[in-house]
Amino acid sequence: MFAFLIRRLFQALVVMFVISIISFSIQDNLGDPLREMLGQSVSEEQRQAMRDEMGLNDPFLTQYGRFLGKAVQGDLGTSYFFKEPALDVILKKLPATLELVFGATLIIIVFSVPLGIYSAINPQSIFSKIIMGVSTIGISVPVFLTAIGLIYVFAIELGWMPAFGRGETFQITENLDTALLTADGLHHLILPSFTLASIMLPLFIRLIRSEMMEVLQSEYIKFAWAKGISPWRVYFLHAFKNTMLPVITVGGVQIGTMVAYTILTETVFQWPGMGFLFLEAVNRVDTPLIVAYLIVVGAIFVVTNTLVDLIYGFVNPTVKLTGK
Amino acid sequence: MPLLEVNNLEVCFGLRQGSVTALRDISFQLERGERLGIVGESGAGKSVLGFSIINLISRPGFINKGEVLFEGKNLAALKNKEMRTIRGNRIAMIFQDPMMTLNPVLTIGDQMVECLRAHRKISKQDARVISLQKLKQVYIPSPDTRLDQYPHELSGGMRQRIVIAIGLLLDPDLIIADEPTTALDVTIQAEIMELMVELCERNNVALILITHDLGVVSEVTQRTIVMYAGRVIEEGPTKEIINDAQHPYTQGLINALPQMALPGQRLNQIRGTMPGLNDLPSGCAFSPRCDYVLPACHEAIPALTKSGGCNVACHLVTEQNNLSEVNE
Repeated sequence: MFAFLIRRLFQALVVMFVISIISFSIQDNLGDPLREMLGQSVSEEQRQAMRDEMGLNDPFLTQYGRFLGKAVQGDLGTSYFFKEPALDVILKKLPATLELVFGATLIIIVFSVPLGIYSAINPQSIFSKIIMGVSTIGISVPVFLTAIGLIYVFAIELGWMPAFGRGETFQITENLDTALLTADGLHHLILPSFTLASIMLPLFIRLIRSEMMEVLQSEYIKFAWAKGISPWRVYFLHAFKNTMLPVITVGGVQIGTMVAYTILTETVFQWPGMGFLFLEAVNRVDTPLIVAYLIVVGAIFVVTNTLVDLIYGFVNPTVKLTGK
Repeated sequence: MPLLEVNNLEVCFGLRQGSVTALRDISFQLERGERLGIVGESGAGKSVLGFSIINLISRPGFINKGEVLFEGKNLAALKNKEMRTIRGNRIAMIFQDPMMTLNPVLTIGDQMVECLRAHRKISKQDARVISLQKLKQVYIPSPDTRLDQYPHELSGGMRQRIVIAIGLLLDPDLIIADEPTTALDVTIQAEIMELMVELCERNNVALILITHDLGVVSEVTQRTIVMYAGRVIEEGPTKEIINDAQHPYTQGLINALPQMALPGQRLNQIRGTMPGLNDLPSGCAFSPRCDYVLPACHEAIPALTKSGGCNVACHLVTEQNNLSEVNE
């Protein structure tokens, strides 16, 4: 187990190294950061001087070497726009994004498990067919359209929900705040969470349904019936535990992917998270911030995957986590 | 009263193209402690028969007609909830492949205890004590460590012993074993069959052994039913059926045993294959493959009639019997 975590840590470093090369090499193609910083009125000579000063005229390897040297000390560069360390800027926005992912994950679990199980047990019932039909629509409607639809219905027409923003937040420390601890914050969280969940939820319902239907055909379920134990136990212990194995593997990766989906949701709802920040950084050609964002997201992916493997090893007795 | 009495059982499968009859007009009786073999090739309906006794045919199968009287109670008409008190309790079932029968994510102990607690109001500790006893009865080495192990930690033969132990947990009156040794290698097969006979004899448990292995049937059972295309075609004491089979199909099966062929010769076989249940020939379902076919065989389905110590469904046998009666 310990060896497994050490190995994962090493893998995480490799992944982030690769991400840093990729994101660093595309930064030249994003546009000129100086135009955003200096505006139109500065002369070409001054621009060149500024470029030299910032090291932007150095060869790629020199620039990357400089970046890597600082990066191993925890310095991912300074944001051109905020004039602050890029990592700090991003980590300040991380709680807001994680709140959103947490809200969406909660919605997905609460809805997909019962709906998936129900439609696997009663595949012929009308309710199951409605679930399947609606989930097809859910998968095919793009996130921003869902967002706009929800805002129109619940914020504008019905007036039940706020249309944008994160609402009141609770300051835990100077740099750390959360919307989860205030009623207003939670109120603001509902629509964005449902929007973010709208793509993954149908996917999970279908995944749980198809896995469960397959498990229900298996010999050990037949044997469980032949033992005369209650249907409740057959469905929710014997079948569900086996259903969860593939769902955890696929689901864990999907939750990681959801961090990426937050870009759209956060933009539509003006939710002040990492994704919203990233889109602003792209518009401002704030390259250090872009690189730092990609590295942080890469780290989140590695962490969620490791957690998924840990949970999987915990649920599936045939798997032992080793360093090999 | 016999322990089990099956009368005119008919099982259908409702498919999109219409319903297919998998079992037709099955009737037999089983006494307490008796061991009955059900033989036939794949698709003859052996397993469906086994599952229909405990009313556990997988969808879209259903019992269309007939009754399954267990201690006088018709299981085919029981509600699911009442049926649950019989399954695993009075009638236990042992499946074909022990690698697939046990749930991979639950410990052996969990899978035994839950079965006991589903039928008896006892504590987990008491259930573990009983489970341990049963594991000892099936000669599992170091039984107390097995309770906390998962199925994947055990070999195939060991798993089948555990499945048998689960079957014995509630001291059932009847065990239905659906090809319990097919998935095991030959040496283990003999051990498992010996164990089952021993346990059935000691506890006076009746056994229905579903298999395509006539060798096993002749060693284990007292009576045998031969099935073909969803019907019983021959039924009687195992010794008579093995030594003096009357139905041409049963004769063919016995001739097909490897020990019946001479060294260096090809093994005997019955030509052709069993027809599908949705395109049965008119008359006797075996007639297209039969070497002794009579005109009557294409016209009417032969009824199961008494012949010697057995019941046989064959026009040829009936005709021969009639002839010998006339001669006498």
